[in-house]
Amino acid sequence: MLARRIIPCLDVKDGRVVKGVRFRDHEDVGDITGLAARYAAEGADELVFYDIAASPQARTVEPEWVSRVAREIDIPFCVAGGIRSVDDARARLFAGADKISVNSPALENPGLIDQLAREFGSQCVVVGIDSREIDGTWRVHRNTGDPDKTVSEARATLDWIKEAVERGAGEIVLNCMDQDGVREGYDIAQLAEARVVCPVPLIASGGAGAREHFADVFAHARVDGALAASVFHKGVIAIPDLKTWLSGQGVEIRP
Amino acid sequence: MTLAIIDTSTANIASVRFALERLGADHVLAPTPADAAGAARLILPGVGAAGPAMARLESSAWADALRRETRPLLGLCLGMQLLFEHSDESDCAGLGLIPGRVVRLDPGADGPWPHMGWNTLETLREEPLMAGVAEGAHAYFVHGFHVPEGPHTTVRTRYGGPVTAIARRGHIAGCQFHPERSGSVGAQILRNFLETRP
Repeated sequence: MLARRIIPCLDVKDGRVVKGVRFRDHEDVGDITGLAARYAAEGADELVFYDIAASPQARTVEPEWVSRVAREIDIPFCVAGGIRSVDDARARLFAGADKISVNSPALENPGLIDQLAREFGSQCVVVGIDSREIDGTWRVHRNTGDPDKTVSEARATLDWIKEAVERGAGEIVLNCMDQDGVREGYDIAQLAEARVVCPVPLIASGGAGAREHFADVFAHARVDGALAASVFHKGVIAIPDLKTWLSGQGVEIRP
Repeated sequence: MTLAIIDTSTANIASVRFALERLGADHVLAPTPADAAGAARLILPGVGAAGPAMARLESSAWADALRRETRPLLGLCLGMQLLFEHSDESDCAGLGLIPGRVVRLDPGADGPWPHMGWNTLETLREEPLMAGVAEGAHAYFVHGFHVPEGPHTTVRTRYGGPVTAIARRGHIAGCQFHPERSGSVGAQILRNFLETRP
């Protein structure tokens, strides 16, 4: 049976892994390859590297560290941040990334998703979505790496998920911004609604604070994977303990 | 003992190369059969779609060479699918080294399409690549098309129904999953391939 995935997310800024609360006040939590290797050894099923400074400053991730990570670890990983073109994506995939994830650039130019899927296949193309409720509707946000440049989109989150999948996205990472970094649990209501409209793998992001939150999001939102950062970086939850516990709860897990 | 990676200009060659480096395996990139002249075994990697990959194998003379090949050959993911006779993905002919057909995967109630993530390996027949790998171990799969279980399926997984995880016909084998991204399980499978007697 297909296992549910546990996915540490490493937010990268200026070549280091950082973590903020509600996207602000980033603190340094470690070296990229060091943390990547540690999580892979501990049983992470996949890693996501997100260059949070990339979109607002119109920069792109450096393939050099992508290649260092690919040499070091033997589990799949995805690179996000500032990928604006097929060439940007190709550089990261050829450096050894298994998938690339687009967020703000796909909102500015939705055709980018079609181009990436055509060129590399949907299996490599992840669309990341930052979403928060505004006046009773979940809406997409862009440039969330820098609070001063964050823009609320008119797009409704569920509509954007459908459009992204139609254009060729092979996976959706839904980051629920109101929960991000506060460790009070995933946004089950939003993720469950997203699940209904999302025929490709769906990854929950934002809010993990306790092992029960993982069990809840798998059981109630039926997501394929759960992404978390601070609980892993700060040692609040150890991945081996989490996986053993989830397995005991009947969740299909890779030991 | 040198190994050649058949270079079809697809993206995941970096992952395969790094995995071989981690295992200390000497390897060369082989865009043409002549580049693999000194190699004892061959890996056919691949991501992307079957049609363009087959076109590259035909134009580089690899397709003909592989049909006469006697060295151990391991296809990975799309490279495994290309070993078969036909792929519905691009409605194109494959290398035809193993009888069978690549069809669209129907996950049914088991989850979304494509099949993406870690799934279990179940050995059906003697398979040298599985030496030292525990029954039920997980490997990393990413694919939307598959080879239904058949006489050449030695290891299977389940997603909507039985899915060929490893196929073998003599010295020719293929993994539907990515051993280069399957942690210690994948490393053991690659090590087993490196130790196969030519």
